[in-house]
Amino acid sequence: MSYPGDLRYTKEHEWVRVEGGVGTIGITDHAQKELGDIVYVDLPKVGAHIEQGKSLGSVESVKAVSDIYSPVSGEVTEVNENLAQAPEKLNQDPHGAAWLVKLRMSAPDEVKGLLSAADYQAYVGAES
Amino acid sequence: MRYLPKSDSERRAMLAACGLQSAEELFAHLPDDVRIQQPLALAPGISEYEIVDYFRARASECANGYASFLGAGVYAHYRPVMVDTVVSRGEFLTSYTPYQAEISQGTLTTIFEFQTMICQLTGMDVANASMYDGSTSVPEAALMAVRVTGRNRVLVARTVHPEYREVLRTYARYDHMPIEEFAYVADSGVIDLEELERKIDDQTAAVIIQSPNFFGIVENVKAAAEIAHRRGALLVVVFTEAISLGILQPPAAADIVAGELQSFAISPSYGGPYAGIIATKEKFIRQMPGRLVGETLDSRGNRAFCLTLATREQHIRREKATSNICTNQALIALMATVFMSVYGKQGLRELAEQNLAKAHYLSSKLQSRFTGAFFNEFVGTANGRSPDDINQALLRKKVIGGLPLARWYPELENCMLLCATEISRREHMDEVAQAFSPAQQTA
Amino acid sequence: MINKVRPHITQNEDLLFERSSPGKKGYQLPSLDVPPVDAATALGAANVRSEIEDFPEVSEVEIIRHFTRLSTWNYAIDLGLYPLGSCTMKYNPRVNELVARLDGLAWAHPYQPEALAQGTMEVMARLEAALAEITGMDAVTLQPAAGAHGELTGILLIRALLEKRGNPRKKVLIPDSAHGTNPATAAIAGYTIENIRSNDRGMVDLAALERVVDKDVAALMVTNPNTLGVFEANIKSISEILHKKGALLYMDGANMNALVGIARPGDFGVDVMHLNLHKTFSTPHGGGGPGGGPVAVKKVFEPFLPLPRLKRQRNKWTFDYKRPRSIGRVRAFYGNFGVTVRALAYILAHGGNGLRNATVDAVLNANYLRKKLEPYYDLPYNAPNMHEVVFSDDRQAKLGVRTGDIAKRLIDYGFHPYTVSFPLIVHGALMIEPTETEGKRELDLFAEAMISIAKEIETDPETVRTAPHNTRTSRVDEVTAARRPIVRWKPGEAGSKAAD
Repeated sequence: MSYPGDLRYTKEHEWVRVEGGVGTIGITDHAQKELGDIVYVDLPKVGAHIEQGKSLGSVESVKAVSDIYSPVSGEVTEVNENLAQAPEKLNQDPHGAAWLVKLRMSAPDEVKGLLSAADYQAYVGAES
Repeated sequence: MRYLPKSDSERRAMLAACGLQSAEELFAHLPDDVRIQQPLALAPGISEYEIVDYFRARASECANGYASFLGAGVYAHYRPVMVDTVVSRGEFLTSYTPYQAEISQGTLTTIFEFQTMICQLTGMDVANASMYDGSTSVPEAALMAVRVTGRNRVLVARTVHPEYREVLRTYARYDHMPIEEFAYVADSGVIDLEELERKIDDQTAAVIIQSPNFFGIVENVKAAAEIAHRRGALLVVVFTEAISLGILQPPAAADIVAGELQSFAISPSYGGPYAGIIATKEKFIRQMPGRLVGETLDSRGNRAFCLTLATREQHIRREKATSNICTNQALIALMATVFMSVYGKQGLRELAEQNLAKAHYLSSKLQSRFTGAFFNEFVGTANGRSPDDINQALLRKKVIGGLPLARWYPELENCMLLCATEISRREHMDEVAQAFSPAQQTA
Repeated sequence: MINKVRPHITQNEDLLFERSSPGKKGYQLPSLDVPPVDAATALGAANVRSEIEDFPEVSEVEIIRHFTRLSTWNYAIDLGLYPLGSCTMKYNPRVNELVARLDGLAWAHPYQPEALAQGTMEVMARLEAALAEITGMDAVTLQPAAGAHGELTGILLIRALLEKRGNPRKKVLIPDSAHGTNPATAAIAGYTIENIRSNDRGMVDLAALERVVDKDVAALMVTNPNTLGVFEANIKSISEILHKKGALLYMDGANMNALVGIARPGDFGVDVMHLNLHKTFSTPHGGGGPGGGPVAVKKVFEPFLPLPRLKRQRNKWTFDYKRPRSIGRVRAFYGNFGVTVRALAYILAHGGNGLRNATVDAVLNANYLRKKLEPYYDLPYNAPNMHEVVFSDDRQAKLGVRTGDIAKRLIDYGFHPYTVSFPLIVHGALMIEPTETEGKRELDLFAEAMISIAKEIETDPETVRTAPHNTRTSRVDEVTAARRPIVRWKPGEAGSKAAD
């Protein structure tokens, strides 16, 4: 899968899409492949304050749990309810329909420090 | 040694295959200063016959042929013969934890049945595959309530088994989980709802009560639940006498039920091993400690069972696990499962009715300390002679009396907790009544 | 070529609830010798339940068939080897079952008068003494119900001692090779965890330890031999580094089967440790429990042990509750006495010499398997191993087959799998511990099977990847079980039934 150019990425395999002051956050295709079949997603409540680099929840496969570290700071405005019923969506469409949370960004400049699609592609290419 | 299945020639062949001359070389890599200096100071190994003799002698030094009216968390009930027949099968006795589902469907299926029956009995949606025992289920339930509510205070009734409360305190000490007790009403023996109302606040994670309580008395679970829920706390209901669930309304208003299954064909065995359970509402399932068995399909579409939601557990989540527990009490839970299937829906009810009848017969001959409704245990008041003296007199007749309560409840120093079950005999209950009677004082 | 098993017909069996119908009975109670009591009158009508909804009703014959049929779907020690690393799945002696069921012991109530419990107390005291001798420690508590429970007790004891000395400290060090119960336990005791990396021999790195031990460290939790089956050769130095800074050494006794009669933890610097009666001391696993997790300690911890303690007074046993420094109880009553009986019976059967011989055979068996399998499976750490050996699936992974697949194919060969993917420091681990109660024939069959699978991976990896093929159920769908958990039977649910 290619990595969409309009997203920004972290070395912990999260992505963020910025539109206006709202950041939509998810995990990358590389992450979902590493985890295998995803069985559960633990997400924060609307209104929660998240700091860049801190855990906002976790993703579980049958045999492993992975923390999700937020690429940016902000207040959670929306949580993807579909994932509760169908966590498998994360395996199918990690960059699109299976976004995790949306937040109102408190420090938009943070995005500057994240990886571009090309840099992330190179990073995971190097890793494997 | 008869358990070691190798001949000396096989050992030699195996050593040779390893390129070794003697077995001692296997340990040559160990530093000298860690090696044992002299042989273990243990008696030489003995034969099977001598082992049986040794334990028979120890058994003869205990109570043999005594009637007993002790309850207090450990109960004397018939054990259907079928129970040991089933658990003695090597495929159950000597099998491992069912991590490999394809070759453990026997264990997994029985655990699934166990989980189901516990839900049916307790009125909860989900139940785990057992905890160590009733007493350790209590702190586990409290910790669960802390995780769910995000609060940390725990209120526990004084009528919860005293040793269960001690265990709770031990676990709570370093978990920043302040524990506070609330009293019972002096004449009825039930929890003091007014005191509970006064003590509960917005930091309370859990209210823990027991029903039937330590005095054998049935609590008003609904009322306690209302108080807890109004303040956003969870209600934990504990039970120690599982047979009571055969006749009492299940504690459906509880958020978590924690209890002991020893009454279900588990030998008293001087305190263990037993099996506890935690059962709860569907919404709390991911916060439950302990193993869970789930239903699924195999690749050919057949129904199959497997351990599930393992990501709650220590082997995956490590320090963030819902508990550190690794063992469940599978074999003990199996005993309970067989017991539950032997008695079944009608039998458990009839069994509970017999317990009710026996205990009420006994109490009718004595003076009860409390007015509250009780199941198969009650607190009797000693008049004129002390509980210890009554028990001494009873021992001479090969009867073990009730449990004097002074050690935990100084205000009840002239009382004892008595339990009668379906195996209690009328003639022994009459002896107990005799021993309590003031006319015996001169004896 | 599969030499150990052939397919066999096993009976299908429904759930109890599916066999149930109203009016079927499996019980009979004696008649009451006292007047019956009306439940509503005695308990209050609102307190009486109308029925136990959907609780099964089955007959005695159906019950015996139900459980017998289910039992035939299980693997067990009585059928063959369990090569599970660090589980010590040894033979469960049957005499232990008999003695545990003797009436005087099985019916003993924990609150019965001490004068009528001298037998049970003597058994407990005897096991405490034997375990102290075996571990080289000064005092033992039998209260903990299982290994993890013992770990918690041990860490609480450490905390209590440090508190008495003025500072409980903040963290516990845990090697990255440790069992998951270790960090989970430390967290409950209020400590944070710091991981310590193993060196290239899979052992605790002394230099790293020296750097990291300070006044904030309460203890290091170590397993010895470690989870690679390798003895921590520097264990005495490890304990010195800790003691110098006022920290303590906790040992997880899961691997004691390599040490009994050869080395004693108390002699090499361990302060507190737990034992697993259901591993080293042969008490049956029973499908996942019960266990027993006694804790053995050095004298300085004695005042803190859970109460009550057994005491000898005027030539009789009594329970001592006057222990103001005790950490309290970790469970009600005195411990898993039924498991205590079985463990003591095991020790009596062996005696000192027998226990040592068992250890020698356990280590010999593991080394024999290592020799046989080394040409076919990668050995990540080239160190002498004791009672267990850990391989990695590196060679096989290159051909697309992982340790989990190999484990499943082993089932087709008639064995229970080894421990898969643990310890975490080995990529794709295969952790193998045969124990001493396996004979040469069983070990040879196991080695043959593993070698045959290694060869299958080169010629026909798909068979291995999709194994097992000969079992009653094929690989189960654990993913759906976790996504949409169904943890109880419900009436009227159309689930797929066992193939009829």
